[in-house]
Amino acid sequence: MSASLLLVQLLSGLAHAMVLFLIASGLSLIFGVTRIVNFAHGSFYMLAAYLTYSLAARLSLGGASFYAAGLAAALLVGLLGLVVEVGLLRRVYGAPELYQLLLTFALVLVIADLVRWAWGTENLTGPVAPGLTGAVPIAGQLFPTYDLALIALGPLVALGLWALFYRTRYGILIRAATLDREMVAVLGVNEAALFTSVFVLGSVLAGLAGALQVPRQALTTVMDTAIITEAFVVVVVGGMGSVFGALLSAILIGVIDAFGVLVLPRASLVLIFVVMAVVLIVRPWGLLGRPGGPDAAGAGTTLAADGGRVPRGLVAALVAALVVIPPLLPPFALWLLVEVLAFALFAASLHLLMGAGGMVSFGHAAAFGLGAYGAALLMLQAGWPMPLAFAGAPLVAAACSVVIGFFCVRLSSIYFAMLTLAFTQIAYAIVHQWYDLTGGDNGLLGVWPPPWLAPPLRYYYLALLACGGGVALLALIERAPFGLTLRAAVYLKGSVFPESLTVGVSIQPLVMVLLGGVETLAGAPVGAAVYKLLDTVVTRYTEYWQAVLGGILILLVVAFPRGIVGSLRSARR
Amino acid sequence: MRGRGARVLGRGGVRRQETLASVSCALAATCLVLALGAVPPARTQAPIKIGEINSYSGIGAPFTLPYRQAVEMAVDEINAKGGVHGRTLEVLFRDDRGQPAEAIKHAQELVAVDRVTLLAGGFLSNVGLAISDWARQHKVMYVAAEPLTEALTWSKGHPYVVRVRPNTYEQGRMLAEKAARLKHVRWAAIGPNYEYGKRAWETFRDRLKELEPGMQVVGEHWPALGKIEPGPYVTAILNQSPDALYVSLFGSDWLAFVREAEKRGLFQKMFVVGLLLGEPEYIDPLKTEAPEGMLVTGYPWYDIGQPAHRQFVERFMKRADREPRLGSLVGYITVLSIAEALRRAGPDPDADRLSAAFRGLPVTTPIGTITFRAIDGQSTMGAWVGTTKLDRKRGVGIMVNHEYVPGERVLPSDEEIRKMRGGG
Repeated sequence: MSASLLLVQLLSGLAHAMVLFLIASGLSLIFGVTRIVNFAHGSFYMLAAYLTYSLAARLSLGGASFYAAGLAAALLVGLLGLVVEVGLLRRVYGAPELYQLLLTFALVLVIADLVRWAWGTENLTGPVAPGLTGAVPIAGQLFPTYDLALIALGPLVALGLWALFYRTRYGILIRAATLDREMVAVLGVNEAALFTSVFVLGSVLAGLAGALQVPRQALTTVMDTAIITEAFVVVVVGGMGSVFGALLSAILIGVIDAFGVLVLPRASLVLIFVVMAVVLIVRPWGLLGRPGGPDAAGAGTTLAADGGRVPRGLVAALVAALVVIPPLLPPFALWLLVEVLAFALFAASLHLLMGAGGMVSFGHAAAFGLGAYGAALLMLQAGWPMPLAFAGAPLVAAACSVVIGFFCVRLSSIYFAMLTLAFTQIAYAIVHQWYDLTGGDNGLLGVWPPPWLAPPLRYYYLALLACGGGVALLALIERAPFGLTLRAAVYLKGSVFPESLTVGVSIQPLVMVLLGGVETLAGAPVGAAVYKLLDTVVTRYTEYWQAVLGGILILLVVAFPRGIVGSLRSARR
Repeated sequence: MRGRGARVLGRGGVRRQETLASVSCALAATCLVLALGAVPPARTQAPIKIGEINSYSGIGAPFTLPYRQAVEMAVDEINAKGGVHGRTLEVLFRDDRGQPAEAIKHAQELVAVDRVTLLAGGFLSNVGLAISDWARQHKVMYVAAEPLTEALTWSKGHPYVVRVRPNTYEQGRMLAEKAARLKHVRWAAIGPNYEYGKRAWETFRDRLKELEPGMQVVGEHWPALGKIEPGPYVTAILNQSPDALYVSLFGSDWLAFVREAEKRGLFQKMFVVGLLLGEPEYIDPLKTEAPEGMLVTGYPWYDIGQPAHRQFVERFMKRADREPRLGSLVGYITVLSIAEALRRAGPDPDADRLSAAFRGLPVTTPIGTITFRAIDGQSTMGAWVGTTKLDRKRGVGIMVNHEYVPGERVLPSDEEIRKMRGGG
């Protein structure tokens, strides 16, 4: 490798890092002050990119059109941030903090469909930046001037934020609120205005990042999800709430990513998550974070696992219904019920982790997916008969969980959540790239149950037994058997895919638990049933299922800020 | 302040309410499920239902709308002529979100609840393979439209799946045969890290090696699908100084790659071969930034002389108010093929009759007659191979010096296919 290659690679990494920094700094700022884990941050970024595209085409300012459009787009997104904060988030600040997460997840869905509706689904290439379209020779290679401009802009933005934080009264308040929000409120500062302004500032930064990507990347309707995981990694590695930590970690990750291309061309997915895991194991609070600082999950969600004991008569009635009614149902209803049952168990086990352990795991999908792959591999590779493989799967998942748990459990709250996220991503990347064993993105096909179990009704009863038993076990021992997850769904679909390990799948049960209500175990299965059925019914009738689902979730969160079961309970009190 | 401290708990009444609530929710859920399942069975004169699963959101979304518009056009045209066996066709569209598991859920629902006669569609290779595996297990006919992996009809083939588009093997081979004449020695490759990207390169490389044993591979690059940060890849490729580069990137990855590659002078320094990159799907969004002089497979719809094809383009543009994409042609041919198979299968089609009907089935299409081969269900639809050039008047890249290569010319012998299908 020549020195000139290394230099150009370093510069490429830095240009990428500056975009990462812009988006991550906004996310970190919002989290630091308001404790909102804003999943919609990536959506704001996407929206700004599309707005820039449209505005630049309509403005007739010659060479300045692109720049004016980018700025206007960032401000418009800031305005949207204002509407979201005042109109929605403010209503649920009193609820357990995770409900704000549910709300931002719903926003992701709604904005995704908004973009799809307004701009269509086809890829778009936006304008290039006038005056910065060429390249300059650096060490014998051409390097884009636009990327050089980005490398200059990043530190300028960082400097601007520094001046804001350390040279203005507003900045002092932000820093104070990041350290101790309650004290700032007690001292008579207008908390609401502070929260709103920070959310708007963060949104503008996301918008700026989106606008600046237009000349470099194509616009797609999946830009939001593509960037958000990366942005979270940057924030967590840098230290939640630390803007300068975000700068440092964006540089680290951008540069490592650029060199990873040279060193590990096939493991590009794994690399940054390994960095994240290493940083968090050595410095659990991130590079510039503060030990015992911001704590998302702990505060405000002191969850007692109190609702587990339900009168026996009613349980018996429910069980009886689940046993007696299914023979009357058509096969598809049975499939759907199996899926609901499986997710009910999944959600219930996540609930116990959150409720009893006080831990929010984004990595629950890893357990879910490893259980699924464990069962499928035992059957396909080791040739085990299905019932044996079925029993072996949780052992595979449990073994992996012990390893992950060893590193994660000593962390607290948001860092625990993020480290589980990192491990999930590593597991995903391995499954995705270890083609020979796992089939890569094709997944494992042909994992069908033996003929004696093939009729949907028989299969349903097996799933009922496993999931019912699992939930009962959970209620009894109040401990999450990590591996007791969705093996049922696996066999029914006859295949396992790497998607089962992704964050998306991890968010789903989290949404279910939150939807049902975190305070009670009964909430998890109810949340699972409501979410799955909504999803199935809505997708049947509309192409814009994301918007409808998101809208319903927003309504549910605003109407039932403690989850369905939790809210019903408070209402009756 | 948040986290309003301890709640008063422990009253029996509260628990009862809560349990009642969960039980009633569960019952409501059961009713919903019942309602979903309670669709009356189809009568003989009812429409023939086709369950169409495709990526209308997610990573495949940019390419499926022009496909769907042509599917609807074909269905309307067939129904206007009286349908098939006196029954009209009806297509139920479902969104797989680019995820195999979601596609399987729809397959289950379409077959069990909506009682479709067959399944069709698919864009991403992994999604197509998943639907196909489900179709095999449940003995339902699946007509794959766009998934390109050759495994679909070969190593993972079965009697209940056929495919319309020419696969990765065929298109890789078409390109290799042209590329071999150019005598480039040092080759690099870049493609998305998934089934399609890898197989696209391997088939091309293997064929080129047969024709040009002196060829060398100096670098392979596999960015994650949909997440490319292209600058570092362009630099890395430039520093391996290949004579030629094989690209199987597509969609947003390809668009972002072109921008960085142009700024860094990649296209001046090496010859570029691109699978599918002459398709309007991938070249149109680049507008005037489309690189010239690439050897590509694609779809020069603006320059195909057959009258039937001209009329197809005319009707499509009138109806959809847009230019066709390759997906449009594939969608149109998919419906024509299904109608033809339904005709042959008789008035009461089931999976086995359809499977038999598709074997060796000739279909008249706007680009001539294609055949679904008896041995593997792969259609003989071909692809156009040509060179890219900028059409300054229209402001987009086009294909010139193109030639239509029919599937028959590049498909392997029956002997090889039998080996790949494990005797099936």
